[in-house]
Amino acid sequence: MGNKSGILLTGFVIGIVSLLLTKFGNPPNMGVCIACFLRDTVGGLGLHKAKLVQYIRPEVLGIVLGAFGVSLGTKEFRATGGSNRIIRFILGFFMMIGMLIFLGCPLRVALRLGAGDLNALVGFAGLFAGVGAGTFFLKSGFSLGKASAQPKWTGFILPALSFIVLALLIIRPSFIYFSLNGPGSMHAPVLLSLAAGLIIGILAQRSRFCMAGGIRDLILFRNINLILGFLVIILVTLAGSFAMGNFKLGFTAQPIAHTEALWNFLGLGLAGWSAALLGGCPLRHLVLTGQGNTDSSITVLGLLAGAAAAHNFALAASAKGVPEYGKYAVITGLVIVLAVSLTAYFKTATVEGRETHASN
Amino acid sequence: MQVIDARGLSCPEPVLLTKKIIDLHTHALFKVLVDEMAACENIAALAKNLGWSVSHDKTGDHIEITLQK
Repeated sequence: MGNKSGILLTGFVIGIVSLLLTKFGNPPNMGVCIACFLRDTVGGLGLHKAKLVQYIRPEVLGIVLGAFGVSLGTKEFRATGGSNRIIRFILGFFMMIGMLIFLGCPLRVALRLGAGDLNALVGFAGLFAGVGAGTFFLKSGFSLGKASAQPKWTGFILPALSFIVLALLIIRPSFIYFSLNGPGSMHAPVLLSLAAGLIIGILAQRSRFCMAGGIRDLILFRNINLILGFLVIILVTLAGSFAMGNFKLGFTAQPIAHTEALWNFLGLGLAGWSAALLGGCPLRHLVLTGQGNTDSSITVLGLLAGAAAAHNFALAASAKGVPEYGKYAVITGLVIVLAVSLTAYFKTATVEGRETHASN
Repeated sequence: MQVIDARGLSCPEPVLLTKKIIDLHTHALFKVLVDEMAACENIAALAKNLGWSVSHDKTGDHIEITLQK
């Protein structure tokens, strides 16, 4: 549920940092977007060939490394994992497909809302419905099972990989791709982006910040702590957009967005549902990856694979709208997430068996 | 004493399991085992909100939370 002051601070800093990054070169309404930036990074590594969205984003790498550093310091770093890895991979994959149909992660929903993009309101409704569906199954006993302690070095794998990818950005070997046009070509200076990522990683690790968790906790426990972070980001972005003269209320001609309401709703519905079953939004999984959770590492690999597929097979939306195959992919994802939810739902009795044991 | 083993479960399952016991009204004292500080904080927050007293003890690689009303 997070601690309230930590959440407020994290939300405030994410809002400010996002405005700053946009001012110094990141794409509009995209100061920090986990989905977009993982997708760009996948493109930067040449794992998809969409020329407009290829750039290794230091923000997402910084988040993992920031969480890694702080969790080592607070001794919270623990290598754990081993619960239902393939299902996590698949849910991560479709979480990314859903987000790339909407064009943004839950964090970007707040950034887009703050800047007046009403398509994000439709997206938020979808996200709420999706997290609500996932929460229903969680309440009914859905579980991806128990993680257990893993050899310590396995927790270092993704933080080390993040460091290597960051090094590739700085060394710029010939096999790394850099967009010359489009969102991928728009970026703040590397050091600023990296610093932003590190700060967000540190704060989000300490406060347990999570966008999907905010909606889930509100539904489950009537607890508003986490969703306050969401609200703070919207308010900071709103104030910043007004101050910088970027505020534009409406549905049409919004930056890096489309107006297909049904698909904005279903895309984030799919993402929210997956996030609820996975125990967190993409940002939270980057943070957990940094603190040694290898189940979250698998989820992040699923997100990366989803991003590669979305652009290799022309599933991802663009400002022009949602391609036909993207719509099929969302429907497929919803069917799969429902199937995953139902298998656990009908196994509730077994789940009940493992949840308690009595002594004395 | 009732002991809930919520070790290794991901968010928010440890809290949900705790809430289930609280809602049953059958125990005035029980323990929950978790292995992450985040889960411990969440359980403490929920239980305190519902008027339970909460204490926790870190033993080895897990945290033992005692809830009492």
